[in-house]
Amino acid sequence: MLAIFTRLADWIVYTLMGFQEGTRLADSIHFFVEDTTKILVLLVVMIYVIALARASLNLEKVRHYIQHRHRVTGYFMGSGFGAITPFCSCSSIPLFLGFTSAGIPLGVTMAFLFTSPIINEVAVIMLWSLLGWQFTLVYVVIGVLVGVTGGMILDFLRGERWLQSFAAKAYQQAETAPQGEAEPAESGPKLTLSDRHEFAVAEVKEIVGRIWKWVIVGVALGSALHGFVPEGWFAENLGSGQWWSVPAAVFAGLPLYSNATAVIPVMESLIVKGLPVGTTLAFCMSTVAASFPEFIMLKQVMQYRLLGLIFVILLINFMIVGWVMNGVSPWLFSGA
Amino acid sequence: MRIEVLGTGCRKCDNTATAIREAAEELGIEAEVEKVTDPSVIMQYQVMSTPAVAVDGKLQHSGSVPTKEAITSMLGG
Repeated sequence: MLAIFTRLADWIVYTLMGFQEGTRLADSIHFFVEDTTKILVLLVVMIYVIALARASLNLEKVRHYIQHRHRVTGYFMGSGFGAITPFCSCSSIPLFLGFTSAGIPLGVTMAFLFTSPIINEVAVIMLWSLLGWQFTLVYVVIGVLVGVTGGMILDFLRGERWLQSFAAKAYQQAETAPQGEAEPAESGPKLTLSDRHEFAVAEVKEIVGRIWKWVIVGVALGSALHGFVPEGWFAENLGSGQWWSVPAAVFAGLPLYSNATAVIPVMESLIVKGLPVGTTLAFCMSTVAASFPEFIMLKQVMQYRLLGLIFVILLINFMIVGWVMNGVSPWLFSGA
Repeated sequence: MRIEVLGTGCRKCDNTATAIREAAEELGIEAEVEKVTDPSVIMQYQVMSTPAVAVDGKLQHSGSVPTKEAITSMLGG
């Protein structure tokens, strides 16, 4: 079904624009046209469908589900909801406080916040269309595990000691009065199909309106890599034999602050050009999930010690992801 | 009336404040629009998705830039 976009790109690049097939420039442009059209069409369709399904999900409900869970279930639920809940990073602070003041443990809240930028519907759609379902599945599992383990370690080290005092107070109050403000999250009347349709259309407009430029930037970078980096260059120079390539990738990703939308097309090109899967994932997660603007925001509710701890946990997690995936990917994706 | 736009400072919050100011002017309502970015105040309103709007200390809206109709009804116009 997706071959239609290859043919569309053939037609635009070779017929309309008259490029010679097989040159580097034509290759890059072809890649760019094919991927942007494919991704944008898929995004519009899939975001609409997903929004129809989740029109009735809101943060109040999510909080209600997660509250008073057994710890371990809590981490997985926190991380899982982080993946599926529509959520803009500018809401991190209110969300953090809303969860904390409801007595949800720091680790569970952070499992939500760790996983949220890594997995979202846009990332999944793009991965699926560019790298196939096996890779998407692995990516989702890793995203959840990064959130869950990060949250567990934070709680194990009793990270809540280093919240800002007003947030710590709110958390303690909720803990000592566990039934406090756990009002059930019944949110008004049931949604009709046309309500859902309206919501979905608004979501498509909002999300696509926000990310289309990132798609173009990401695919443009990916195309440039695709056309101008020689085949096998990464495999020779940064292959999985070089253990240091993973931490190097994590640190290279740090100053780059981007969302999953822009990174995924780059990821595709890196993998196609022979960069080991683990190294690529480490680079991408570091770019997407550890961002300085996010840390500066979190400073409002956390002391530097806690921020530092979170930062270190993330870095170590990404490196482990990189090494482990470099080790197992030859078996996982053999032939791919 | 006193209107607080709650949010930690993203563009949507600016848009919300602007939209409310414009609507108030159009309706000829004296409204003092203030942007609240202090997380502890936002927490007191128990808001989890921003931008949110409180009118005279009561939460009226949260999670998106309110539509023009919603603003009009908040302003009692």
